[in-house]
Amino acid sequence: MSITIPAPREGLTEELSRPRAAIVPAEGAEVAKLRTVGLSVHYGTRLVVGDVSLEVRADTITAFIGPSGCGKSTILRSLDRLNDLIPGARVSGRVLLDGQDIYGQGVRPVEVRRRVGMVFQRPNPFPMSIFENVAYGPRRHGLRDRRRLEEVVEQSLLQAALWDEVKGDLGRPALALSGGQQQRLCIARALAVEPDVILMDEPCSSLDPLATMRIEELLQTLKASFTIVIVTHNLQQAARVSDATAFFTLGADRVGRLVEEGPTARIFTSPREGLTADYVAGRFG
Amino acid sequence: MTRTIVADRLATAALWAAGLAVVAVLAAIIAHFLLASIGTLSLSFLVSDPSTASLGGIGPLLWNSIYILVLTLLITVPLGVLGGIYMAEYAAENPLTQAIRFCQELISSVPSIVVGMFGLALFVGLTHWGYTALGGSLALTIFNLPLLSRLTEQAIRAVPADERSGSLALGATKWQTIRHVVLPLAIPGIVSGIILSGGRIFGEAAALLFTSGLATPSHYDFLDLDLTDPRSPWSPFHPATTLSVYVWNLNAEGLGHFVRQIADASSATLVLLVLVFDVAARGLGRLLQRRLMGA
Repeated sequence: MSITIPAPREGLTEELSRPRAAIVPAEGAEVAKLRTVGLSVHYGTRLVVGDVSLEVRADTITAFIGPSGCGKSTILRSLDRLNDLIPGARVSGRVLLDGQDIYGQGVRPVEVRRRVGMVFQRPNPFPMSIFENVAYGPRRHGLRDRRRLEEVVEQSLLQAALWDEVKGDLGRPALALSGGQQQRLCIARALAVEPDVILMDEPCSSLDPLATMRIEELLQTLKASFTIVIVTHNLQQAARVSDATAFFTLGADRVGRLVEEGPTARIFTSPREGLTADYVAGRFG
Repeated sequence: MTRTIVADRLATAALWAAGLAVVAVLAAIIAHFLLASIGTLSLSFLVSDPSTASLGGIGPLLWNSIYILVLTLLITVPLGVLGGIYMAEYAAENPLTQAIRFCQELISSVPSIVVGMFGLALFVGLTHWGYTALGGSLALTIFNLPLLSRLTEQAIRAVPADERSGSLALGATKWQTIRHVVLPLAIPGIVSGIILSGGRIFGEAAALLFTSGLATPSHYDFLDLDLTDPRSPWSPFHPATTLSVYVWNLNAEGLGHFVRQIADASSATLVLLVLVFDVAARGLGRLLQRRLMGA
């Protein structure tokens, strides 16, 4: 199977204002980029997260918050079928990406993961050069032309706000970069395959405050062209960066549940559920 | 000083001593044979034919050792590495694969004389080949294949899950991930496995005595390129006494006037051969790793 990668666009500004035909909302209605319907994940026979139905709107940042073990990362990983890799993990319910069920019959996980990227908790660049890290995805999807590859790498590094720091020597080993730079490299690597959605699993938890700030600034520019879902332990971060927030908790039955979701401002100032109010006020978790 | 500090220093000293002891034993072996072979070991010794009257050389035996090494690696490396990839990445965890792993470890530790007797029955008798380099290589394959496959599997399993999921999350397929990320990262471990089995091939005598033969060849005609001719040194069907078997034989029979010198110089050659093989394998491994990691 070969996937053609569209030629890179002229510049960053055009990239950021690129229209997205698939998700132009109908008059007055807002369209969900991602929607889960009764999503549950089992590890073996144990139910880890139960019956999650939520919506992620296009070109926004949605934060998943909640105490440790509430299943927010598990839900995140089921949005690009990374749970498929865990032996014994079983996903039920539906995950709709632009209305199409990514767990539907005949849908290949490889195709889903190309449209939905993931940035992990610990920066995990490959032990290759900076260039090869960013070129990795496009190469695997069949891009061979050296000039086009160079353009994609430059575009992606520009978008990830890393270009100015590394443009002098793209042949440098990625592992020689600082932790914050490595994480932005991983973001550039994800952008290079031109996904619709980027999932981030606590992307700043191993970074210092300055590096964290740079990533948060970056998220604000990226959301113009990408739908972003971020799992975070840091309530201030969720309040600072996200447009919508989903709050999960661990029930008495040790099963993770979605308590409520809504615009971030509302979740933090006037939540509907007492549990949410207690959590955002720092009374537990 | 508190007790914990004393314990810490003691542990450090003990570990240093253990490390030094290993290096010292290795250095002593190399030094002993190099010193003992001064005056014997020379380029002409390495390439000349053996002789009972004069000092002679070990040319044909050195050739056979290298020939059997290469032939055995040609059989075991592709099969062992592919088998290891299968066991690590594709095989389901079930009683059958558990049994396979158990058998792999069992076979790779069977005494080599047993393998030799089995090889005699199978590759010499049943096939009517007689003593051949191929028979010797196949006998060596019996315990090197499971060893290499097991070590490859372990090297692949040791690759961090982070790198693997990083590749899969970009939409790479499983095979692309294995080929471009997992395998390159596992290469140092796989090379260690190849070096380990290479050392066993160079050093093996018992398994080869009854499979590739014990007859000391007098002269090889390297211009005879007929691979079906058992007299051609290039043919897998030529009887192939290796250097290790020769050293064993010299000491067992004690023929000729220069037995001691020839045995010492042959041993020095074996040690150096293993060293050269080790360095070459690691160098090739690094080269391959760079090629696999690139485009």
